[in-house]
Amino acid sequence: MPDFILDVQGLETTFRTPDGVVHAVNGVSFGLAEGETLGVVGESGCGKSVTMLSVLGLIPRPPGKVEAGKAIFARQDLLKMTNEEIRHVRGAQIAMIFQDPMTSLNPVLTIGRQLEEPLMLHIGMTKSQARERAAELLSMVGIPNAKDRLNDFPHQYSGGMRQRVMIAMALSCSPQILIADEPTTALDVTIQAQITDLIKRLRDELGMAIIWITHDLGVVAGIAQRVLVMYGGYIIEQAPVRGLYANPEHPYTIGLLGSLPRVDEKDRAKLFSIEGQPPVLYQKPNACPFAPRCKWVLEHCWKENPPLLEVGPDHRAACWVNTKTGRHR
Amino acid sequence: MSNQTPNDNVLLRVEDLKMHFPIYRGVIQRQVGAVRAVDGITFDIKRGETLGLVGESGCGKSTTGRTILQLYRPTAGSVHFDDVDLVHLRGEEMRRMRRKMQMIFQDPYASLNPRMTVTDIVGEPLMVHSVATGKEIQDRVQHLLELVNLNPSFASRYPHEFSGGQRQRIGVARALALQPSFIVCDEPISALDVSIQAQVVNLLEDLQQQFNLTYLFIAHDLSMVKHISDRVAVMYLGVFVELASRDELYEKPLHPYTRALLSAVPIPDPIADAKRERVILTGDVPSPASPPSGCRFRTRCPIAEAVCAESRPEFREITPGHFVACFFAERFL
Repeated sequence: MPDFILDVQGLETTFRTPDGVVHAVNGVSFGLAEGETLGVVGESGCGKSVTMLSVLGLIPRPPGKVEAGKAIFARQDLLKMTNEEIRHVRGAQIAMIFQDPMTSLNPVLTIGRQLEEPLMLHIGMTKSQARERAAELLSMVGIPNAKDRLNDFPHQYSGGMRQRVMIAMALSCSPQILIADEPTTALDVTIQAQITDLIKRLRDELGMAIIWITHDLGVVAGIAQRVLVMYGGYIIEQAPVRGLYANPEHPYTIGLLGSLPRVDEKDRAKLFSIEGQPPVLYQKPNACPFAPRCKWVLEHCWKENPPLLEVGPDHRAACWVNTKTGRHR
Repeated sequence: MSNQTPNDNVLLRVEDLKMHFPIYRGVIQRQVGAVRAVDGITFDIKRGETLGLVGESGCGKSTTGRTILQLYRPTAGSVHFDDVDLVHLRGEEMRRMRRKMQMIFQDPYASLNPRMTVTDIVGEPLMVHSVATGKEIQDRVQHLLELVNLNPSFASRYPHEFSGGQRQRIGVARALALQPSFIVCDEPISALDVSIQAQVVNLLEDLQQQFNLTYLFIAHDLSMVKHISDRVAVMYLGVFVELASRDELYEKPLHPYTRALLSAVPIPDPIADAKRERVILTGDVPSPASPPSGCRFRTRCPIAEAVCAESRPEFREITPGHFVACFFAERFL
């Protein structure tokens, strides 16, 4: 096991709703190595964002509640920290960028003011130092005339530029970990390529670790070294990126990859479709949460929820079935 | 495009279509300009064909779809459907044509009335066009629900009781109710989860075969457009920059914008993705209210020269069936 800079163990998060308690994250464990890019893939409601929000203490409470687990960062458990303590970690050592660059910036404050705030708060810069650093950061993320554009308001920036500002803000305190929650989903494909490219370049220059949350298996293929696939609040497969795409083991991963058309495909085969809907778990399941939609389902799948099993070098999948033979592992 | 020779096989012929939205300013609301959402496009769609239309947000692809269906009345140009010019049709004549052309919308949460049951929603077009009455409507709705793989016993439920994918199926059933020959699919899958997208696309393909439907499939997802289309058009800032058969367009793209767009699409395969050559465009799409002079793409184009600012490149047929609007397209032949 390599040394992890972030080590999450047995994380469980629930939400109280009028229809009952939803089990959003059900015992998620993973580690993040220094300088590593970890992709977290899954569909809406699979718990990928809630996992990261729980780690950073950003779950609104109530209705949310982190029920169990540890998240060790710099020998401290983030989940046990007080609000005051975790505020010094968030933004400084662990930064986050969100999906929607339109709503994550304050519309009534200038871009400069918003960039200076974390610098003064976390690093203790003076106003003029922060101003100078803010201009540097803006030009680092590729915004021309950075100095003048500090006085602009968010509505004067395009979507791609706003996401660049979010990245500049996240990187302003040189974090060790950057958590990117669907950072390119709201953007057009040519702008998406610009942003992905920018984050890759900055990662290589600054050497930070990245957790990249997305539903897009294509984006993850280009940027991550290791991938976690989530379904129904569980990690159902984890593997190095090449192993996962070459040899997906979990029926859900196989289905997801099969349901994607590719620009480089030659023949026009029918898309593989996964019938049914992703689950909303009102109680922790005793069966595999994917069983109702699975083509390989066996008797045993309905009786016991499979743990993550070793299926190859550094490759684990939570499935009772060996999809190559169709038999029980 | 066989503009000159009318072809029996052509269902829809669009010529020099323009849709400008006026901008009003000031106390007396004087018109100070116009957003040129669609600015002169010419193409046709053959019977039973799927024409894919791709482009980034704000390029005018949805406006194109709506203008063809006369949901917006075009500023200029003509739209011939079955050799009838829709632009000059009014009242009852227009209404009768509408039966043949339907639309499937992007957002299955916004395009279904939350106060109507599935029977009301899917049966409404039958009632509006007096095609069926009473019990007959119910039977037709049941049949339509079966067609889109929904349980007919759900007919008395309301939209909120369904998931996104199921709602989109209701939208498809509504579009099919009048047995149209042409359907504009405006980003029908982009609001859906990945595993659900394939379900809806497979359904659209099955229905096309069964009823010999013609689709205009509007999307920003180039992989999905490649999967479903026979021919593909690429749009940028209100104009077509390239149009070709899908294999031709994806294997031999000739316009620099198409080339950049294709290279920006992520491929779900780390090995293939690493091998690709990428063209990353700089900057953003200019405003359609004041598009650049000459070629609209020149401000972001990696191969732009002085001539590109002076005149607008003609949309020309460079090899049979392959149209492109670029002075330098031959370079990539």
